[in-house]
Amino acid sequence: MAAGNGPRIAVALDGAGWHPAAWREPGARPGELLTAGYWADLVREAEAAKLDFVTLEDSLALQTEQYLDRPGERTDVVQGRLDAVLIAARVAPLTSHIGLVPTAIVTHTEPFHLSKAIATLDYVSTGRAGVRVQVAGRPADNRHFGRREFGEFRLEDSATPDVPSPLSELFDEAADYVEVLRRLWDSWEDDAEIRDVATGRFVDREKLHYIDFEGRWFKVKGPSITPRPPQGQPPVTALAHAAVPYRLAARSADVVYVTPFDRTQAGEIVIAVRDEQDRAGRAAETLHVFGDVVVFLDETEQAAADRKARLDDLSGAKYTSDAHVFTGTPAGLADLLLDWQAAGLSGFRLRPGAVPHDLTAITRGLVPELRARGAFRTEYEAATLRGLLGLAKPANRYATA
Amino acid sequence: MTQPRKQIHLAAHFPGVNNTTVWSDPEAGSHIEFSSFVKLAQTAERAKFDFFFLAEGLRLREQNGEIYDLDVVGRPDTFTVLSALAAVTERLGLAGTINSTFNEPFEVARQFASLDHLSAGRAAWNVVTSWDAFTGENFRRAGFLPQDQRYSRAETFLRTAWELFDSWRGDEIAADAGTGVFLRDANAGAFAHHDEHFDIEGRFPVPRSPQGRPVIIQAGDSDEGREFAAATADAIFSRYGTLEAGQAFYTDVKGRLAKYGRTSEQLVILPAATFVLGDTDADAHERAHVVRLQQVSGQTAIKFLEQLWNADLSGYDPDGPLPDIDPVLGEHTIARGRASVRMYRDPLAMSREWRQLAEAKNLSIRELIIEVTGRQTFIGSPATVAATIDDLVQADASDGFILVPHVTPGGLDEFADKVVPLLQERGSFRTEYTGSTLREHLGLDA
Repeated sequence: MAAGNGPRIAVALDGAGWHPAAWREPGARPGELLTAGYWADLVREAEAAKLDFVTLEDSLALQTEQYLDRPGERTDVVQGRLDAVLIAARVAPLTSHIGLVPTAIVTHTEPFHLSKAIATLDYVSTGRAGVRVQVAGRPADNRHFGRREFGEFRLEDSATPDVPSPLSELFDEAADYVEVLRRLWDSWEDDAEIRDVATGRFVDREKLHYIDFEGRWFKVKGPSITPRPPQGQPPVTALAHAAVPYRLAARSADVVYVTPFDRTQAGEIVIAVRDEQDRAGRAAETLHVFGDVVVFLDETEQAAADRKARLDDLSGAKYTSDAHVFTGTPAGLADLLLDWQAAGLSGFRLRPGAVPHDLTAITRGLVPELRARGAFRTEYEAATLRGLLGLAKPANRYATA
Repeated sequence: MTQPRKQIHLAAHFPGVNNTTVWSDPEAGSHIEFSSFVKLAQTAERAKFDFFFLAEGLRLREQNGEIYDLDVVGRPDTFTVLSALAAVTERLGLAGTINSTFNEPFEVARQFASLDHLSAGRAAWNVVTSWDAFTGENFRRAGFLPQDQRYSRAETFLRTAWELFDSWRGDEIAADAGTGVFLRDANAGAFAHHDEHFDIEGRFPVPRSPQGRPVIIQAGDSDEGREFAAATADAIFSRYGTLEAGQAFYTDVKGRLAKYGRTSEQLVILPAATFVLGDTDADAHERAHVVRLQQVSGQTAIKFLEQLWNADLSGYDPDGPLPDIDPVLGEHTIARGRASVRMYRDPLAMSREWRQLAEAKNLSIRELIIEVTGRQTFIGSPATVAATIDDLVQADASDGFILVPHVTPGGLDEFADKVVPLLQERGSFRTEYTGSTLREHLGLDA
């Protein structure tokens, strides 16, 4: 059975889980966070439950609790991480169906490099690559590169897309960046490699295209050095909390992760995103809106609440998040997801509070619960991430046929 | 007791964008599909090679203003392929070329440190430099580096990356759930580097990797390049695979080490080498000739000639004589994105040399190009090739070789099956891995 009428489910993997004290839980493997085996085990667990995809968090600086904090200040939380694209590539040959969506920081890296990295992830995973694009506006990130200055990055500017600000500029730059990625993915037609022994030509150069992108931040000639990836265009995803990033997602993404705190807000956000999608001229295209939810799951609501309280005690503060924090049972979470789905969300990206506990509660608790209601797949119905997301392979913008 | 034999180091280069790679062979497979990379890497690991090597390109080559279409075109991203290969191999080193001109040291260090963790200590970085604006057109800073700054940028790039690798000592992570101490050192990863090329500071986010620093490989051949390698590299990818030239290069480069406080064992010299095997030497030479004809078609010969002549020679017959016109001097513009073009320092003299050679041996354009671009290092029966390789290494013409098969991805199989056992019988090549990291394979200090 395909996904039925239920929501699509992704999990967001980050360190030992999203709670700052998660690494201290029994069963956590805090000494193994930098090993391949750790990540392979988590992604295989997600694949065994036939989840749509995993995302891998990343950042250019050491971890912080709040986005604008100074990185690396705390010694009682997980510090240090590996490049997410490389983790995804390392896990790809060990899995076969699940989508792999690493985070990439687009403010400081070259679009040419990222384009070929994601295209290659698509090759090594045979069509399961995606990418989550993220901007980096903190001074700490800038100082690692030392070549750019921009004004103060203030989160409150994210609500006003029509007012120029350092924040809105970074998002405009990100939109150009994604445009460069997509053009580079299309810069080879699918059948450019001809291996024509008779004429001695390996490629048909008429099927290779200069992208000649020229904008305020980038000037990129192309073509890519990597042929068009198996999916044509690996899905682009972005996290968005307010109008400025909604606009980026509406212009550029295939999946946007949003952060409602209740059903009403979920409905309002979907309307706001669809409105931006219309303005971007993409009303006819599929843009999935996924709700992000942090989850603490146990047999009873009380047990989940107690466990979160215990973690809060360990870290010395009540854990809050940019997203809704759910504590309860898998059945209770299934109720919430189906209710919010009815408000217009097409899927969810669940952030396990503590790994492995809350990951396995998703895969072995929530997923059977959804299946029992006919609301989640029992078998993978497609071999590619686009296929799982119901997205057809797009035509190549440069092909003339 | 006899002296133990000097141990040979071997690496496998994934064949790529050049005319050495014979794509028209019926055995040739994909240069992009991951299964091809798995096949070559697993063959190299089965044969107990030191490492797998991947080159890089950042712009498709052009000639006469058009994308060059006669050779393999296209390749995947280096880091991504190597990380994926770490999942399907256990001991094999994973080496990749990464340009120091079109990257920033922070991001490259972050990626190599990540790769070293994800491969449990098998990462190596072939540091190359570039200055050409042609490649720069794919990057946001476009235009690019004055040629005379390329080594100074490369050297500070590398030294900056080392500072980042060394910003964690390796004992900072306590991960003590009982006490709640994750990090013993609140300042772990702190770095600051300020010079004319890089002005950066902060906290490096990747804790110390298994090898501490990934293995550094270089390929520079100019005096400046050799000095840079002597000062900083763990291995050199050279182009001198013969006894005399190899010994000269070996003596020269190893002789430069002392002034940097280094010993001969701290730098491994590995010429690139191709090979053609046969049941007998005669059989191998026949096969080698067939391979040369596959590598240098008539069209390819004309394209080579155009690179020296710096002119459109498409009207010439590859089976006819060399053009009687002279090369076009001045700025070299006909071929772009090709390293080989830089070799033609005095086109007029070289064209005279080629003309004389062609007249003396009565060679057509294609025959001449086959003669002057011949790069098959080892041709012979497995016994001959094994003896040749072993003799070269024992005579200090090199410490081993980076083998470049002609055919993707199965071109190494015959070598692995027939030559490696003979090297093992001679006691010159390992029969099992004794270490788990690439540094251990290469006999380098951690």
